Amino acid sequence: METASKMEMTTNVSLSPAKKIDWVEMLFHGLFFLSAMVGVVSVITIGWFVFYEGLPAFKEAGVLNIIFGKEWLPPALYGIASMIVASLASTMGAVLIGVPVAIMTAVFLAEIAPKWLANIVRPAVELLAGIPSVVYGFFGLIVIVPAIETLFNIPAGNTLLAGVIVLAIMILPTVITISETSIRALTPTYKEGALALGASHIYSIFNVLIPAAKSGIYTGVALGVARAIGETMAIIMVMGNAPAMPGSLLEPARSLTANIAMEMSYATGIHSSALYATGIVLLAFIVCLNAGLLYLNRKRGHA
Amino acid sequence: MNKLEVNNLNLFYGENHALKNISLPIPAKQVTALIGPSGCGKSTLLRTLNRMNDLVAGVTINGDVLFEGENIYSDIDVKQLRMRVGMVFQKPNPFPMSIYDNVAFGLKAQGEKDQQVIADMVEESLRGAALWDEVKERLHSPALGLSGGQQQRLCIARAIAMQPEVILMDEPTSALDPIATHKIEELMDELRKKFTIVIVTHSMNQAKRISDKTAFFWMGELVEHADTATLFQHPVDSRTRGYVSGEFG
Repeated sequence: METASKMEMTTNVSLSPAKKIDWVEMLFHGLFFLSAMVGVVSVITIGWFVFYEGLPAFKEAGVLNIIFGKEWLPPALYGIASMIVASLASTMGAVLIGVPVAIMTAVFLAEIAPKWLANIVRPAVELLAGIPSVVYGFFGLIVIVPAIETLFNIPAGNTLLAGVIVLAIMILPTVITISETSIRALTPTYKEGALALGASHIYSIFNVLIPAAKSGIYTGVALGVARAIGETMAIIMVMGNAPAMPGSLLEPARSLTANIAMEMSYATGIHSSALYATGIVLLAFIVCLNAGLLYLNRKRGHA
Repeated sequence: MNKLEVNNLNLFYGENHALKNISLPIPAKQVTALIGPSGCGKSTLLRTLNRMNDLVAGVTINGDVLFEGENIYSDIDVKQLRMRVGMVFQKPNPFPMSIYDNVAFGLKAQGEKDQQVIADMVEESLRGAALWDEVKERLHSPALGLSGGQQQRLCIARAIAMQPEVILMDEPTSALDPIATHKIEELMDELRKKFTIVIVTHSMNQAKRISDKTAFFWMGELVEHADTATLFQHPVDSRTRGYVSGEFG
């Protein structure tokens, strides 16, 4: 009886007419839009100021003289070719060492490690991500620099190689975490399908799981590269900072970031502008990196 | 001659007794259908036949599964077993690579290097799965671009490229529309000539249409198994009678 009368009541309720303007809805849409604009406005502002400050140096010294010039002798010569080489070489070295280690760690965590072990390794890796770069610099100074001195029998271990090793460790957590997440996100049916065809676990990992997780791994690598190329403090502490073209991994070098950080406090005039110009080159690398990532992942999206 | 023979098999997921003392002969070159309500253990049993349950943590199994007289739960090479006992899954699961690479995958995993051998087998398998004519122009385009029914036939092609003796099918048409289902059933009529097929199905009509033998499962027990016609027309057990007549389940 009771339920029957309730049902009758609900059928009698009519729908209210739509409000002309839903203020709450509008307020939140506005809030979301403003939040989204913070990032966009920041990136435009940063880009604009760096270009505004850096352009005079390009005008004064010439684009080619700055980008391809090998001598950095303010206030006469503003060539940053040696720093471009140092930044690219240290980053590429870090990627060559760090990325394989990171991907194998990610596979270990996602596929191979027993739960208890993964639960020890994963927090350790995440902790690595939180260590300030100045502490990485300390680590490089007391461990890696002396090790290079003894190993290669050279007077000063503050070299490109020391930078490469420190950066390789610094990019590990980013690449590991993102790669592991993207391997774990794969549908388990890929692995089942491969194993059901008689493939070994290792074969399935290298031929199905890693390729299927490729776009996530690319993203991790790109973020790692961005971190390596933008790293400043640790690099200043271990890489020697000589503004000359490094002839080998065992020579000191100065990265683009180190150049800006070390001279900004006292530079004036065109010298100051040349440091902004260094920043423009750095920005250009980051933009290329992101464009490359977009391209790679877009191609995959259609696959 | 029984291709596979399950003897007094018990399977536990932790404490949960999922398969209770199952004994079932699976004759060669016939289609054996496993039917029963959800959670009755039919898929679990299917996955013991190529040891896919090894992937699940906390599974304990006792009893025997004989493949040509040899117990697959003894110390055998699981990879070889899975090459000879292929599997098609409920949801089509082609790998995110080209159609060609999907079919070639098992051969390459096995170590086959001769590209001509692989190419021939890819064509033969796609023909065998009645997919060749639809994809021969685009063998190198992504498999994920195929329709659901085509993807499932691709998975069948991938399985038969290994030249297995047995094909296990876990509700292979439950994610497909009626037309695609019909195509797969037609295909199975061809496949039964060469392979021993064990199929799990929710659809009693499908079991009637395609199988020679049917086994009915109920809450982890094998209630009865018989020739398909006999089981559906003259079920012995009251639970079977209730299920096949649609009273419950």
